[in-house]
Amino acid sequence: MEESFSYRLWRYDGQPGELIPLLQSAQDHFGYIPRRAIRYIAGVTGVPESEVYGVITFYSQFRLQPMGKHVIRACDGTACHVSGSRMIIETIEDELGIEDGGTTEDGLFTLSIVACIGCCSLAPVIMIDEDTHGRLTPSSLRKLLREYRRREKQAAAAAEAGCADRA
Amino acid sequence: MKKSKTQVIVGMGTCGLSAGARQVHDALSALLAEHPGSFELSGTGCIGMCYREPLVEVREKGRRTIYGGVTPELAAEIFERHVRGGDVLEENVALNIADGEIEGGQEQGFQILQRKIVLRNCGTIDPESIGEYEGSGGYKALRKALLEMQPGEIIEEVKKSGLRGRGGAGFPTGLKWSFAARYEADRKYIVCNADEGDPGAFMDRSVLEGDPHSVIEGMIICARAIGASYGYIYCRAEYPLAIRRLTIALEAARKNGYLGSDILGSGFDFDVKIKQGAGAFVCGEETALFASIEGKRGMPRIRPPFPAEKGLWGKPTNNNNVETYANIPWIITNGAGAYAAIGTEKSTGTKVFALAGKVVRGGLAEVPMGTTIDTLVNEVGGGIKEGRKFKAVQMGGPSGGCIPASLGQTPVDFESIPATGAIMGSGGMVVLDDTTCMVEMARFFLNFTQSESCGKCTFCRIGTLRMLEILTRITQGEGEPEDIERLRTLGAQIKEASLCGLGQTAPNPVLTTIRYFRDEYEAHIRDKKCPAGSCQALVDFFIDPEACTGCTLCAKNCPVGAISGSAKQVHVIDNSICVKCGKCMTSCNFGAIYKR
Ligand SMILES: Cc1cc2nc3c(=O)[nH]c(=O)nc-3n(C[C@H](O)[C@H](O)[C@H](O)COP(=O)(O)O)c2cc1C
Ligand code: FES
Repeated sequence: MEESFSYRLWRYDGQPGELIPLLQSAQDHFGYIPRRAIRYIAGVTGVPESEVYGVITFYSQFRLQPMGKHVIRACDGTACHVSGSRMIIETIEDELGIEDGGTTEDGLFTLSIVACIGCCSLAPVIMIDEDTHGRLTPSSLRKLLREYRRREKQAAAAAEAGCADRA
Repeated sequence: MKKSKTQVIVGMGTCGLSAGARQVHDALSALLAEHPGSFELSGTGCIGMCYREPLVEVREKGRRTIYGGVTPELAAEIFERHVRGGDVLEENVALNIADGEIEGGQEQGFQILQRKIVLRNCGTIDPESIGEYEGSGGYKALRKALLEMQPGEIIEEVKKSGLRGRGGAGFPTGLKWSFAARYEADRKYIVCNADEGDPGAFMDRSVLEGDPHSVIEGMIICARAIGASYGYIYCRAEYPLAIRRLTIALEAARKNGYLGSDILGSGFDFDVKIKQGAGAFVCGEETALFASIEGKRGMPRIRPPFPAEKGLWGKPTNNNNVETYANIPWIITNGAGAYAAIGTEKSTGTKVFALAGKVVRGGLAEVPMGTTIDTLVNEVGGGIKEGRKFKAVQMGGPSGGCIPASLGQTPVDFESIPATGAIMGSGGMVVLDDTTCMVEMARFFLNFTQSESCGKCTFCRIGTLRMLEILTRITQGEGEPEDIERLRTLGAQIKEASLCGLGQTAPNPVLTTIRYFRDEYEAHIRDKKCPAGSCQALVDFFIDPEACTGCTLCAKNCPVGAISGSAKQVHVIDNSICVKCGKCMTSCNFGAIYKR
């Protein structure tokens, strides 16, 4: 994103209303909001830690646990719901063995169920990171997820081979 | 640079991108690199025909040919045959426009009844180019408002236009502005509500992605009218593309002297900041939204004092919806009379609807107020998918209700829709067919509002949970005969005893479905049947022998061994053993399993 978390903290000049943007940038930086970020933010802004925590837990965007490498946002908005999103979500849960909010053991995927990503005419829709995938069926979805897995495996193998080369 | 006479424009809204517009754009870029100067390539926002994305337009001397369902291969063919050969690929033309008039194409039915004011530039200009916005008359209204009109005259003009807020409640916009103008303060604020929380609506997203300057121009005019010096756009974080385009647009507007100090030499100062939401539906409510901008938990507060007196940071504030602001430049340029002439007497102008669900043509449609639901669904929307039966529309999202097909002649305006028990809402219209269970629909919305309730009011926090429990057990076949009455009583109490619009309207989806589809509730409770064949616990699963390939996957996945059949043979489900977990359905690669 634009400015780094530490730069934002450093630049903070007592302007009110900066708490949420600071939390957003902490989450961009760490992938979640770690305990120490809460402490930094409380220290710099003078907002008590408990209140920072209260704000974090109010908004669904913020996470207190690290997320997987790929975040799957499965839509269960109205249009997707009437177009079979439940089945899509069950397929993800089955394929990856995780539930809403969970992360796979290998740390590759986190599943988050959301309400409407604004592509209702392509329902049912999921987003993997920044990419939207629409008009899904259980079988096209399984294919998609396996493709991600395959690419990750390839990348890991390539990285390993690279290390071996250098050694 | 010499302008090529042919322009090729790719629809690059979120809907286009997710349908593969990026790949199409890349393919065209590669062709352009091979044949420099053969055409000009650019992108645009949502054209509205989301169901035919990716869309590619070829524009030449007053003629616009819009192709639908374009793949990289088709794009190459369009280049060869149309751009180079001058030969239109008739079988792929979605829309044909000559000198601004629709001439033909497979999708003319979708467009012909529309009247575009808010969407006037969406899908025709490059949203990242302020020059294109200015070229289509942009910022003319601002010039007029700043240099030729007094603030009071601006407000009078908006009042006369009859414009009412598009965020849901339909409060007269001019009147609202006059309140905020009346209070004296050292600082006043303008807020644009771009939180778009209704799950199933995407009008505001498309406007912000397709024509961000129209919203910004509307905000500046409003700021001038009420004397505000700062503005905020509160946009949900789920709309990264909208935020990116807004950022670009704000920068360009500053550079061209439309924002900042001494705007256009008028002596008026104003600037706008973007604030990202953090995922809370209740933050669409204006007082909660202000709390969120201030960095707090987004909890609504009691009104009065109204925002016009004490809003953001305790200062006089005017908050309007994205679409409300996008109407303003048109009204100032074309006059209040022209606007008031469109629509009905009490609901003037147009309304943008996000058509979605079981309708053939899902997308964005802007129609005059007073158009009937039937017209929207059957003519603009092209009827129901797969030839099924039109059952109802859901309007207004979690605060709204379901209007049955039998009331399809109801005109959409701020008087007629509330009379049915639903609300106009912000413009989400989800079309339902006979496979949608209305009890499940009600449960779905209650589940949403229950988890989004901020927790401040007891009735909203706990009452919605009780209603959700009752609805859940009905859909699981464990409903009791008294449940319908219980829901109605609880619903009435929650409406009565909640502070903000979230609680006051949360029971609407339940109350309207009980009102129009009581027989479905009774079938669930009394006969333990789901007439729509949707509630998993109340249906049986079957395998379509035509579609089954005998791959054995379902049998392997069935946790209770209810499926029998050998390899390459049609499989069968024994419904006396089946526990209705649905695993077979999600594991089948051929869509051969159905429920009834
Ligand atoms: C729970 C709740 C959610 C709301 N969500 C939105 C929203 O997403 N967008 C919006 O413009 N207005 C929303 N509103 C309405 C706003 O409070 C406010 O009335 C509106 O933004 C005023 O703009 P308008 O006069 O232009 O319609 C919501 C209201 C409630 C009670
Ligand atoms: S309901 Fe799923 S994208 Fe809108």
